[in-house]
Amino acid sequence: MGVGSSTGSRPSRSGRAITAAGLAAVLAVSLSACVQSQRQGDGGDTFVFGAAGAPALFDPFYASDGETFRVTRQMMEGLVGFAPGTAEIEPELATDWESSEDGTRWTFHLREGVEFHDGTPFDAEAVCANFERWYHQTGPGQNAALSYYWIETFGGFASDERPSLYSSCEAPEAGTVVLELTRPTSKFPDALGLDPFSIQSPTAMEKYGADEVRARGSSFEYSEYARKHPTGTGPFEFASHDESNQSVVLERNEDYWGRKAGVDRLVFQVIPDESVRKQELLSGGIDGYDYPNPADLASLREQGFDVRVRDPFNILYMGISQRDNPALRDLRVRQALAHAVDRRNLVEANLPAGAEVAELFYPDSVDGHVPDTTKYPHDPERARELLREAGHPNLEIEFWWPTQVTRPYMPDPRGIFNAIAGDLREAGIRVKPVSKPWNGGYISDVNQGRAQVFLLGWTGDYNSPDNFIGTFFGSTNNQFYTEPAPWGGELADRLEAADREPDPKSRERMYADINRDLKSEYLPAVPLAHSPPAIVTSPDVEGLVPSPLTAERFSTVRVEN
Amino acid sequence: MLRYTVRRLGQLVIVTLVLSLLLFAWLRALPGGPVSALLGERATERSRAELVEQLGLNQPLYVQYWRFLGRAVTGDFGVSTGVQPGTPALEVFLQRMPATIELSVLALTIAVLVGIPLGYVAGRRQGGWLDNLSITWSLLGVAVPVFFLAFLLKYVFAIELGLLPASGRQEAGTNATHATGFYVLDGLLTREWDAAWNALLHLLLPAAALSTIPFAVIFRITRASVLDVLEEDYVRTARAKGLGAAVIRTRHVLRNAMLPVVTTVGLQTGALLSGAVLTEQVFNIAGIGQALSLGFQRQDYAVLQVVIMATAMVYVLVNLVVDLAYAVIDPRLRTR
Repeated sequence: MGVGSSTGSRPSRSGRAITAAGLAAVLAVSLSACVQSQRQGDGGDTFVFGAAGAPALFDPFYASDGETFRVTRQMMEGLVGFAPGTAEIEPELATDWESSEDGTRWTFHLREGVEFHDGTPFDAEAVCANFERWYHQTGPGQNAALSYYWIETFGGFASDERPSLYSSCEAPEAGTVVLELTRPTSKFPDALGLDPFSIQSPTAMEKYGADEVRARGSSFEYSEYARKHPTGTGPFEFASHDESNQSVVLERNEDYWGRKAGVDRLVFQVIPDESVRKQELLSGGIDGYDYPNPADLASLREQGFDVRVRDPFNILYMGISQRDNPALRDLRVRQALAHAVDRRNLVEANLPAGAEVAELFYPDSVDGHVPDTTKYPHDPERARELLREAGHPNLEIEFWWPTQVTRPYMPDPRGIFNAIAGDLREAGIRVKPVSKPWNGGYISDVNQGRAQVFLLGWTGDYNSPDNFIGTFFGSTNNQFYTEPAPWGGELADRLEAADREPDPKSRERMYADINRDLKSEYLPAVPLAHSPPAIVTSPDVEGLVPSPLTAERFSTVRVEN
Repeated sequence: MLRYTVRRLGQLVIVTLVLSLLLFAWLRALPGGPVSALLGERATERSRAELVEQLGLNQPLYVQYWRFLGRAVTGDFGVSTGVQPGTPALEVFLQRMPATIELSVLALTIAVLVGIPLGYVAGRRQGGWLDNLSITWSLLGVAVPVFFLAFLLKYVFAIELGLLPASGRQEAGTNATHATGFYVLDGLLTREWDAAWNALLHLLLPAAALSTIPFAVIFRITRASVLDVLEEDYVRTARAKGLGAAVIRTRHVLRNAMLPVVTTVGLQTGALLSGAVLTEQVFNIAGIGQALSLGFQRQDYAVLQVVIMATAMVYVLVNLVVDLAYAVIDPRLRTR
């Protein structure tokens, strides 16, 4: 600290001020000389989308969250894709395909003249390089926190004791890929349209160490490829990710093989708070955002915004775990729960417009959906009767619901809980409420079967019964904990058999049978409702096709200025 | 002076260590955690167990803490799971720090530039209309919750009138070069004037909202302090000596009145962060305030640890600077 003398040749006040100003000016000039503007060509149309969360990374193989896929989907493509506005697959990087009689050998004919963003040609070798990369994951790469969709779809890895669906990939010629599977599956070829199975440039992945992911502290650190150099074949290519401004910028791929993108630039601006997203749309800062609060839809429409409601492709259910409460192992008790709930009222009072009462565990656009299943109309009297018959007239249950969360299938967990708890009490059931933060114990406890009765749901990844009921009841010690039930193992086996059935006709019949028994004999949970999530854009935006899978591609979007 | 500074820095080390231990234990006592955050609703028992094993979360807490310390010494505070998944927590903090500093500095500048002169004038003309008006204004500043004021400002100026941007740090797709992370400064340094201007416009509303409480406090302390000093003997003596009014005001009144004000400004710098949590939320500014609230929502241990510890260090350092600044203003302290 300057203790300097206060007498003598002290410069005058104004003198010091001038010196200081001079120094500052010199500093500013010298600094601006060494910081170069890195601006590139400006201008052109920009579509700005308000995202709810930051993308974790840009390598879809390691991702399982919607905010990441929303971005990678614009840059990358799979062998098959989903037709706009539907959950049906259509040719994408493969123009057509056929499978052997037994469903284990799949031949894909590839689109010609396609290049990755880095100029690497897209061919059969590139496709096989991707499959081999997925199958040969090691260490952290085998963890479900990273390769969830591979494990869910293909099972194990090369160096792993779990059986894998994948056997080999061959490239007999540049335009043909032959995939060998270890068994037939209902997931093929639809699952290849999932974002994690997008085909990425082998050259770029090698150059930027795509597989270099490592555990660090309490999480994973991703590779340079995943953070800065994602390279696909899609209509947009990666430009920048500005973490300090929480925005991701993509630019039009001028060499795209198909119809080129309608805007020059696509920007994702991360805005975690839902109400802030809405205000930003109102003030013109963004052109659109996802999952508007159902309560805002009417006023947004009135103000001239385009609110597009997607076809529902999800399920909200009242789950039942047979682990801790023995009464719940009795079918009659579970039937009583089903009769007790007034689902029509729930849909009308607590879910957004367009929601439907669910009879099965997936929407009717998916194969094997049958109308003639056992119904459980709202009937508190019948519920009491069933409980008496079962010897549990004073049934007491723990009813779990999550806080600090909204999901597309569950926009208001508290409201839904209150409605159902009221219904159950009306049927004479004693309800002990248990609430936990979604990420603070709810999910982990529910997944261990600790929640006796609980609220949860699922959004479908693609059009397959297996993606819904196979995930739910294919295991006996998950959230539903069907282990003590005499039919728990049987149901899991039947689901696996249906998944393995190569003939689509008989497979559909098998799923239809399972669906009937799920409602009559098993009733491991009570399906409640399908809710349609909405997406909203400003009136200047044209060409956005809402997808039931919430998998919109923004290349068709144009912005009128 | 040097010894004093060193001792204070020693205290900083102890504060940081104790805080890190408390934080570590407390965060891990919360339900949920990184495993739930990483796996989400699709977790299975098997994947959960594997992940716990891989991340070493099955080790006793003291082992985990020891490892954490070992890594922290090398600057490795783990990787974010919820705020900016996959990015090292320290990087998340460093990326977000400039936004908060920019906001706080502007807010504090507004508070000081308005608060001190107004407080001085109000103190000298006690009971005048300006005094009454300023007191009412400052009372409102303290009484109205920051987030409400922030929302009100945003609603009126951004959404209804459309004069200023509603949220963010810069218009999406401004195509600006970011060399330092301080957007206004970046724009000036690279001569991208429109980018600097755009960033400044984005700062105005949040800074105005954030400045209300420090303004009110600084104004009131200045006013009270001026009132006190005006009564002092040395002011009367100065007047009796026949010193000019301007000299008395600057040398005697203002300088002496500034002592408590400087302390207040220092304390307010720390308090700004708590205001920034809410302001950044309302205006979607990717600063450390937003990182804190997102970190809690999404159970991001790594980011919470870094942000809270770094904030505490900033607080201690700012107060050290304030104490040292005392010496400059008050010559009596220099000889010690």
